[in-house]
Amino acid sequence: MKWRCPGPSAGTPTVAPSGVYMEKRVIFRGKLLPLALVFPQVLITAVFFFWPAGQAIWQSLFIPDPFGLSSQFVGLDNFRYLLSDPYYRNSFVTTAIFSLSVTFLSMGIALLLAILADRLIKSSGTYRTLLIWPYAVAPAVAGVLWMFMFNTRVGIVSWYLGKLGYDWNHVLNGGEAMGLVVVASAWGRISYNFLFFLAGLQAIPRSVIEAAAIDGAHFWTRFRTIVFPLLSPITFFLLVVNVIYAFFETFGVIHTITAGGPQQSTTILVYKVYADGFVGQDLGSSAAQSVILLVLVGILTVIQFKFIERKVHY
Amino acid sequence: MSGMVEKRGRALWLSHAVLILGVAMICFPIWLAFVASTVSQPEIARPPMPLWPGDQLVENYRKALFAGINAPVSVMLLNSLVMAIGIAIGKIVISLLSAFAIVYFRFPFRMAFFWLIFLTLMLPVEVRIVPTYEVVAGLGLLNSYSGLIFPLIASATATFLFRQFFLTVPDELAEAARIDGASAMRFFRDILLPMSRTNIAALFVILFIYGWNQYLWPLLITTDPSMNTVVMGIKQMFPSGDDIADWPVIMATSILAMLPPVAVVIGMQKLFVRGLLESEK
Repeated sequence: MKWRCPGPSAGTPTVAPSGVYMEKRVIFRGKLLPLALVFPQVLITAVFFFWPAGQAIWQSLFIPDPFGLSSQFVGLDNFRYLLSDPYYRNSFVTTAIFSLSVTFLSMGIALLLAILADRLIKSSGTYRTLLIWPYAVAPAVAGVLWMFMFNTRVGIVSWYLGKLGYDWNHVLNGGEAMGLVVVASAWGRISYNFLFFLAGLQAIPRSVIEAAAIDGAHFWTRFRTIVFPLLSPITFFLLVVNVIYAFFETFGVIHTITAGGPQQSTTILVYKVYADGFVGQDLGSSAAQSVILLVLVGILTVIQFKFIERKVHY
Repeated sequence: MSGMVEKRGRALWLSHAVLILGVAMICFPIWLAFVASTVSQPEIARPPMPLWPGDQLVENYRKALFAGINAPVSVMLLNSLVMAIGIAIGKIVISLLSAFAIVYFRFPFRMAFFWLIFLTLMLPVEVRIVPTYEVVAGLGLLNSYSGLIFPLIASATATFLFRQFFLTVPDELAEAARIDGASAMRFFRDILLPMSRTNIAALFVILFIYGWNQYLWPLLITTDPSMNTVVMGIKQMFPSGDDIADWPVIMATSILAMLPPVAVVIGMQKLFVRGLLESEK
């Protein structure tokens, strides 16, 4: 049994490719009871999702006066201003570099470890136990741990780097700051990717690989021609999920290690919404950024579902 | 068991070596944090810090738990526990109910509600922080458990999981319940809920970790240190300006902050793996 989120066609009375009916034939009667049952979720969704999202769209069209007493309708000026703001445009580049680095670093290490663990049939369970628990460490806690290791005053790694003649200072050096938040964000993510890769590898029938081995294919050839193609659905899934993670769930890492600095070199889009809205109190701009992010999440979610649909057709 | 592709000899040891290196590198930051939580402040202030635990463990953890820096960590742990359990149970309850309604009934606006819930997938709290903060402030929920929990319990994922599961439940069961004259809620309570037990448990593990590890939301709405959660409280323990941080206490707090979710992952590994693989696929 697999749990899957339905694609856009969900809910119409059709038969899914797997032969499972998308609708029940046996139903209970009543109109008020089901309405009462969906009410709690609909209420919470309306109050905490749609109302704020509507507010964001509304606020993005206004500029409040300096005293916060009234606001003036400015149409799309907030967006126009944002898109011409070099700091905001730079934040897009920062976000792209950050999320791609986090994704490739954590997926690369996870894939390597999963391939090795998969080959050691007897002890793969032990390694799984040893590798999955960092998943439970909050991004913000991971940030504190890495910040401690690289702290310019007491950090043990930065101290040894200093002994080697390298003067580490992520407080002043934007490149080092970016490197540190990437590593700290990728670190906790290895567990997750490892788990999925290992499950994917273990789902490949041994007989297929052994057949190739009998034909004389070496490990690298087997990996390239058989294993990796069979893993590609999972790889693509992880690619999307990790980019979404890097976009939206790494706020804690950035806030604890660099607070977006130095000179906004680690200010990813989500951090900028926070910094401009709560620290800078620029509500119109923050709301416009929220709307742009909404569109981005929308696109990423559609990609994710397109992928799930495609997988159903396999 | 050992097929042709099972590696022997040197390749086998190389695999073990690389894996052990990987495990060691992944565990190193946590080991260092643990060591730092067992030594005294001067030992850390003069780098390099020791790599083996010291004798200040009880002292540091007692100081963190009962005195803390802004608030005792025991209070923050309690806040985190309430928040994590509240979010996990809240999400599961509202999702079970709405999935049951959507699968087993035909009622007005059914598909409209379905899409309404579906769309929340696209609205993570990080995207709508300022307006959500204003709504919660307007409702007078700042510095309250309700404010910590309710904005985070609406989720499409859990609803879809239960919907998908209910769709696989054989129709004969509901048919039989109907013929026996059982009410819909009776069927829900006596048949559907017991059948969903494993799914509920797996989801609880995932949602507990999700709730425990929240950072941005508690950071915004808990200005009173006694309402801080432990994950967000750590950053608040750093002094502003040039003062040196109380690293042993901060690291003891970090260890305490990761202990409950890590214990859940290791203790309920089977449920955790199941919950993770199935909730995301």
